[in-house]
Amino acid sequence: MVIMSAGDPRVFSLNEVATVIWEAADGRTPLDEIIANRICAEFEVAPQVALKDAEELVQELSSQGILLVSDQPIVRIASSPRETP
Amino acid sequence: MASLIAGVSRSALVVEIGGIPIRLHTTDPGFLKLLEQRYVGFVSSASDVRFDFQIELAPPQTISPDEDVRVYWDSGRWSMERGDFHAEWDPAAGSGRIRQTANPYSIDSVLRILHTLLLATDGGFLVHAASAVRNGRAFLFAGLSSAGKTTIARLAPPDATLLTDEISYVRKLDDRYSAYGTPFTGELARLGENVRAPIGALYLLAKGRENKIEQIRPADAARGLLENILFFARDPKLVKLVFHAACAFTDHVPVRRLTFFPDNRVWEMIA
Repeated sequence: MVIMSAGDPRVFSLNEVATVIWEAADGRTPLDEIIANRICAEFEVAPQVALKDAEELVQELSSQGILLVSDQPIVRIASSPRETP
Repeated sequence: MASLIAGVSRSALVVEIGGIPIRLHTTDPGFLKLLEQRYVGFVSSASDVRFDFQIELAPPQTISPDEDVRVYWDSGRWSMERGDFHAEWDPAAGSGRIRQTANPYSIDSVLRILHTLLLATDGGFLVHAASAVRNGRAFLFAGLSSAGKTTIARLAPPDATLLTDEISYVRKLDDRYSAYGTPFTGELARLGENVRAPIGALYLLAKGRENKIEQIRPADAARGLLENILFFARDPKLVKLVFHAACAFTDHVPVRRLTFFPDNRVWEMIA
């Protein structure tokens, strides 16, 4: 999947696993739940390994300003980037 | 007469990317200036344009950047929309409309989408890749985010002409593939040169401790390319065409895995 940022000219390419996480990041579903229900269900990977990789990925996307990471479910506001608690 | 001419303000400019001239009309002189600056090097004097687009500026508060891009065909025209723009394009009439805020990234996105649609029926594509011309041949460097596209563009030697550090433009003309410079910049924030060259190779990037170029299986080449192709339309027929375009490209152009250590020695292998 290729993502075009609305706030700057950059483009981001995600691999298959990252795409699943991106699409599942709805601001309500915790990351460990996404890993358990989507990643481990669709890919042959141990949950701990998947979670560690996923945490690195979301931190990277967060540092790029295209994903918002929170420890609480997020109420969507108009100007916020994509969210995952 | 001179005073009459002086009183006429220009309200359009032609932006030519990939050899395709598109005229953008706006009634806002400030936005026109912004476009001239944004696309410097790609502003054309061509009078025979392929398409005309009227740009209507919306107030800034209408932005909703959380909305995903949607591109779809409806009633004889393409609709392209995101939180910060809505565009319609009638290919048969050769014209379209864009409603957006006075934001250069919005028009950038519309142009990118438009070119993906134009190229899809022509065997070409836009790909998330840096590219540069060296010794008369273009080399593309594709990879997922953080693979090193900006790094390799930054390390390019003086005799290399940078086409882009972010989005490469690939056209198929007379069964040959050429890469064109684009104004679509990435982290390097440097516009590409508006030139074209036949493509010598596509490298799929990976960072490593040493520099090496490896052969890869055709299926991996196609997969690596497809992961990085920009295409946004929900149109099964065009998606199929893009898929076939990627496979045809990897059949005709050498595709290699380039693992590199981030210093300028990597360019000793690219020629």
